[in-house]
Amino acid sequence: MDKKLERILPRVQKPARYVGGEYNAIMKDKTQVDTRVAFCFPDTYEIGMSNLGMRILYGVMNNMEGVWCERCFHPWGDMEEEMRKAQIPLYALESGDSIGEFDVIAFSVGYEMAFPALLNMLDLAGVPLRSAQRDALTPLVIAGGTAMYNCEPIADFLDLALLGEGEEQIVELLELYRQAKREGWDKAAFLRRACHIGGVYVPSLYDVSYHEDGTVAAITPRDGAPARVRKRIVTDMDKAYYPSKTIVPSTEIVQDRITLELFRGCIRGCRFCQAGYVYRPVRNRSRELCAQYARESVEDSGYQEMTLSSLSTSDYRGLVELCDELEPFCEQKHLNLSLPSLRADNFSMALMERLQKGRKTGLTFAPEAGTQRLRDAINKNLTEDDLLASCRRAFAGGYSAVKLYFMLGLPTETDEDVAAIADVAAHVMHAWRESASNKNRGVRITVSTSWFVPKPHTAFQWEPQISIEEYERRVALLRERINTKTVTYNWHPSPTSFMEAVLSRGDRRMCAVLEAVHRKGARLDAWEEYFSLPRWLEAFAECGLDPHFYANRSRAHGELMPWAHIDVGVSESFLMREHDRCHEGVTTPDCRSQCSGCGANCLIGRACDG
Amino acid sequence: MAKLRLLFVKEAQASYISHLDLMRTFQRVFPRGGLELRHSQGFHPHPLISIVLPLPVGQSSDCELLDFEVEQDIDGTGIAEMLNEGLPAGLRVRSCYRVQRPARELALLRARLELDYDGGVPPGTTDALRELFSREEVLVEKRTKHKELTQLNVIPLLRSVEWTQEDALVRADVVVAAQNPGLNPALLASALTAALPQYAPDFARVRRIELYDAEGTVFR
Ligand code: SF4
Repeated sequence: MDKKLERILPRVQKPARYVGGEYNAIMKDKTQVDTRVAFCFPDTYEIGMSNLGMRILYGVMNNMEGVWCERCFHPWGDMEEEMRKAQIPLYALESGDSIGEFDVIAFSVGYEMAFPALLNMLDLAGVPLRSAQRDALTPLVIAGGTAMYNCEPIADFLDLALLGEGEEQIVELLELYRQAKREGWDKAAFLRRACHIGGVYVPSLYDVSYHEDGTVAAITPRDGAPARVRKRIVTDMDKAYYPSKTIVPSTEIVQDRITLELFRGCIRGCRFCQAGYVYRPVRNRSRELCAQYARESVEDSGYQEMTLSSLSTSDYRGLVELCDELEPFCEQKHLNLSLPSLRADNFSMALMERLQKGRKTGLTFAPEAGTQRLRDAINKNLTEDDLLASCRRAFAGGYSAVKLYFMLGLPTETDEDVAAIADVAAHVMHAWRESASNKNRGVRITVSTSWFVPKPHTAFQWEPQISIEEYERRVALLRERINTKTVTYNWHPSPTSFMEAVLSRGDRRMCAVLEAVHRKGARLDAWEEYFSLPRWLEAFAECGLDPHFYANRSRAHGELMPWAHIDVGVSESFLMREHDRCHEGVTTPDCRSQCSGCGANCLIGRACDG
Repeated sequence: MAKLRLLFVKEAQASYISHLDLMRTFQRVFPRGGLELRHSQGFHPHPLISIVLPLPVGQSSDCELLDFEVEQDIDGTGIAEMLNEGLPAGLRVRSCYRVQRPARELALLRARLELDYDGGVPPGTTDALRELFSREEVLVEKRTKHKELTQLNVIPLLRSVEWTQEDALVRADVVVAAQNPGLNPALLASALTAALPQYAPDFARVRRIELYDAEGTVFR
């Protein structure tokens, strides 16, 4: 072990996350590989190692002969301080080598609030932040992940971004990189070629001009780059790689269990949900394969917990059959199955009861809005009757805690909708009185509200976020209405949601803000411990940009969005129609009942799985 | 069923795995090898697995012991090889056998303590160390389980110590009480720093070497 590291590790919290060596971590002989990739997650080890996408791509890259992909995470503050003091540059966990010397530095970015951590990791690695400051082909700085569907706020720092699911494009990209290295191309030549790989977006090949009012005037491709970059996806989930043999951390992480991915995409079409749009269309993995991967991964890892994961797991056709099939195996291995998300319908409740057996802790539902009118407007196809029926069933079955999640500030929300959230809680309370099997234990109902953030590529991308004053007024309104002791109301005075709204619909001019806020010390800004609104506001002021322009402005349907050249498969006209239908209070059926023609099936060249 | 004991090495990266995380790690290692851990009875059954003498985070050891119970009736043959296929780097099982002696008979611990001096060892350090640890009382501050600071006299818990010097390093071969109460050999470095700050090392490193019972016979 490195002597400098040996000195500092005893002084930091949870040192095991900084040393690697976990079971199934891939070790290769560095003299036998020609391409070294530092796969970076701009958050802590515990968060990054819980990410299935990271595990998939780690496996895919390491399956390439001659390529060694290693992991790297953002250190917690105490470790960062020690590393800077001891002048230890950011290193990869497998080899301990500084990532600044790697061929490719690849980030997986799931959320906008991780942007500052990405910059700080480059800085810790001693790599110049801006793509234009890095003349050489290496290190090539690339990024993928959901936040890349609008990566304009960090476009100047990336050499290229990968849009969509990375399994196929990362292989093609690394092969092109190896060719470039062999044949001695310069970076510009490489990028001009790379932009023709499907799903690869090279920001420097697009010029962006602005109107006087700050909106985007034009996005113009150069050097033959495609006018629009379409995301890449795996069309056949039965051919997609699944990491049955995956790293088992030696220290506790957030999702300390196996994550079995049943399908990708979501049939529901909630109008606020970015994941629901950008992961389209639905593609199922066959039940046989799911069962096989479940067995293989349990046997290899020794884990005794497994989550059946997807955006809306209970929509998986054959879920009951899959659970039936796995039951004897679960018994034998003392394996607990769990579902991450739950729809408040009888079907998922029955399943939940079966899976949870003795452990009747709490249930979580997300009605999102208090009235049927507003739920229709956001296309959350859930009725209060469904919710109450599920709660009754749960209470009768011995559950005594329910958590309810809502959003405040959804388009068209009125005070009546806000107040109705309290009514929903009261009705759940009433359902408990009617049907609880054991009233002595009492009941705990928790209502949580978050502050709605409009996201790009959704039906609400044109909508303003409500101001913080208005958000707090609605919180106060709701707090007044919730007056029973059994109902606890949680809300966060979260200025993070405001900055999330600013960044998620940001344009390329915001790169200057990111650089400024980084210089002022921003790093793990997804963590309340590190987030500072004044620091962000200062950075915006210095760069002459107004954050409210991005967060709180209504956009017209004709406006050119900063991400207009990014194609997720869903047409803009479909999003506009969904937006209009929201204001008309009209719902849209889910993809299983009826295809609404969003366009995403063009990505798979057939009808969607549904 | 069988009550088994593992003798294992914990070093390098694995020396940073905390006690709780090590338990968790082993809970996953056993099923990988087809071993079925026995669980306690009661409302919250937990696997029957315990580490005899938890090692402070950052220290390494050649002689860690872990007791566990399995459903299978086996004597431990072949288990070490099997487990070693799937352990994190820095953990290595030396042997696995049926528990013969209760853990409470473990009395003494031999360890190697290394003191690093980045600017070279100050002249007279080993003499000063010999003098210091031949006193009747050498106090160090120690946190109790309840996080309160107390003063601990290390001398009654220190059975023997021999100091040698090598380049920028002072090395001690120590034998200390293992438990009830035991002495963390790293506290000898703290004691030196507190009593004779002019000889304070830049870093102290501990490795457990061997375990003994009260008679000084190797404990397994
Ligand atoms: S093409 Fe039709 S079925 Fe497929 S995702 Fe779009 S709306 Fe749903």
